[in-house]
Amino acid sequence: MDITFENVTYIYQKNSPFEHKALENLSLHIESGSYVAVVGHTGSGKSTLISHLNGLSIPTEGKVKIGKYALSENEKINDMKELRSKVGVVFQYPEHQLFEETVEKDIAFGPENFGVPKNEIKTRIQKIIPAVGLSEDLLERSPFDLSGGQMRRVAIAGVLAVKPDVLVLDEPTAGLDPRGQKEMMDMFYQLHKEQGTTTILVTHSMEDALKYADHVIILNKGTKYMEGKPEDVFVQREALNRVQLDVPEIVQFISEFNERFDTTIPFQNQSMTELAQMIQRTLKGAESP
Amino acid sequence: MSTNLIEFKDVSFRYGEDQPWVLKNVSFTIDEDEWVAIIGHNGSGKSTIAKLINGLLFPQEGEILIDGKKVTEDSIWDIRKDVGMVFQNPDNQFVGATVQDDVAFGMENRGISRETMVERIESTLNAVGMKDYLLTEPHRLSGGQKQRVAIASVLAISPKVLILDEATAMLDPNGRKEIMQTVSGLQDRQGLSLITITHDLQEVVQADRVLVMNGGQIWDEAEPRKIFAKKEELREIGLDVPFVAILADALLDAGITIAHEPLNHEELLEDLWTLHSKT
Ligand SMILES: Nc1ncnc2c1ncn2[C@@H]1O[C@H](COP(=O)(O)OP(=O)(O)OP(=O)(O)O)[C@@H](O)[C@H]1O
Ligand SMILES: Nc1ncnc2c1ncn2[C@@H]1O[C@H](COP(=O)(O)OP(=O)(O)OP(=O)(O)O)[C@@H](O)[C@H]1O
Ligand SMILES: [Mg+2]
Ligand SMILES: [Mg+2]
Repeated sequence: MDITFENVTYIYQKNSPFEHKALENLSLHIESGSYVAVVGHTGSGKSTLISHLNGLSIPTEGKVKIGKYALSENEKINDMKELRSKVGVVFQYPEHQLFEETVEKDIAFGPENFGVPKNEIKTRIQKIIPAVGLSEDLLERSPFDLSGGQMRRVAIAGVLAVKPDVLVLDEPTAGLDPRGQKEMMDMFYQLHKEQGTTTILVTHSMEDALKYADHVIILNKGTKYMEGKPEDVFVQREALNRVQLDVPEIVQFISEFNERFDTTIPFQNQSMTELAQMIQRTLKGAESP
Repeated sequence: MSTNLIEFKDVSFRYGEDQPWVLKNVSFTIDEDEWVAIIGHNGSGKSTIAKLINGLLFPQEGEILIDGKKVTEDSIWDIRKDVGMVFQNPDNQFVGATVQDDVAFGMENRGISRETMVERIESTLNAVGMKDYLLTEPHRLSGGQKQRVAIASVLAISPKVLILDEATAMLDPNGRKEIMQTVSGLQDRQGLSLITITHDLQEVVQADRVLVMNGGQIWDEAEPRKIFAKKEELREIGLDVPFVAILADALLDAGITIAHEPLNHEELLEDLWTLHSKT
């Protein structure tokens, strides 16, 4: 499903003294089957943007199109449920989407709600539990009697169990341990590649955006500040610094190295091994001072 | 006066009699003025330690001393005056109707004067970049804004012990750096035992000491450099090492031997420079 924002403005608490414009005249296009990262400073509008994707927010002005669904002030969708069966959202704080008595019921809630047969749900859960790094013996526990990282994994499992066409992830690895972060991101990527899942990732990790996304959108104060291929966007240090963002650590290191050694090693989205070899050649080749 | 501000003596804890032990014979001390980072896989017991320190939970075995006082149902009200804690999910700790009330709340409870309160509301919200949100309701903030306000609220009470449980997880790297500078600035100025629970390796390298949890037990305890030298072992227990440590390994494979485990870019560049000047 292609996703389009046409001049979207979103105002919280409109017509009150606390009125707050969180998105302003935002236009963007996300192609079906692509992997897009959304990056921006605290409060730049990322979560507000994605809350439009499953109809939780309706644009105050402008229009959002998600496949055949259109959302705007005058076009309310009758079948929000159908939209939500196709667009799965993992919220920023996992507690916000857990509510059942047990972990198992929580994960089953989505698919049950969308009419997936019971035995099919069971099969799905059996596959998902190890994939999100949970152990079986937590299934009967209350989701609120878990550690932060375990709750995050349950919330993710619940969304995956619906098998959405569009997967929206709002900082999905916050709270996961380093291995969990990597495994989870690899799993989302695999879903994207194998099932063609359109993936929209809100992240503060420039490394993840660089590694997984084909396209990155930088938000600033509710407007689109930059967009493009991650490897093109993430080398523009000054432009990023202006909106309080940093380049990925590898880009930063290469530029510090070049400054120190008066060299010109380029950033080419190289692996650590490749970078180490470039450094080795540079040091060997250079005359000592 | 002991310099051990926090002491865990053989502490074991479980969430119920029919539940498994989640902490097993945990012993450690934390000095005043010390910054200790606690790391460990999900479910390893980090947040449980934090909740035991400020008496939200009590151990079934062993004892916990804060500033020489044993943490019990009776002593806990006194102890909490000196302990500031930011929870993993800030929604669980907002009490005020507005951001300003929320920052004021902890101070009111500690009998801080009106004048000082007004001053600190301004200075702490300013320090975390939230001074424009005085009258906003906390639940109307963005994820990162909530974390910033939660941190301002504990800084305002000027605690002796500050526990940050993944308190900057929703901030960008830059924002994290700024907040941690603010916190360690406070530590330098007025002394403070700082405990940060985090999965952010950049933050861990700045601590004086690292406590590594694994399956409810202390797996290791040492300064960051020593911990991050155990690369493979850390990976086995679900953890990892910072960018520079990974690059140092890759350099080794490429035939460049780095003298000592680097903790940051400058150290690695310095080592490379020394090598380069020798050849
Ligand atoms: N309220 C509770 N009732 C029962 N068990 C709990 C409760 N809270 C946590 N646990 C269990 O105790 C263990 C330790 O949890 P804790 O929250 O201390 O882990 P943690 O190291 O903070 O993990 P994370 O990195 O995921 O936040 C976990 O196995 C968890 O499932
Ligand atoms: N429910 C709400 N009511 C009023 N204002 C809100 C509400 N939620 C968010 N805002 C405001 O809208 C702006 C954008 O918030 P949003 O949550 O979209 O930011 P974000 O980019 O996701 O930030 P973060 O990285 O901190 O999660 C912020 O200034 C925030 O204070
Ligand atoms: Mg957000
Ligand atoms: Mg925890």
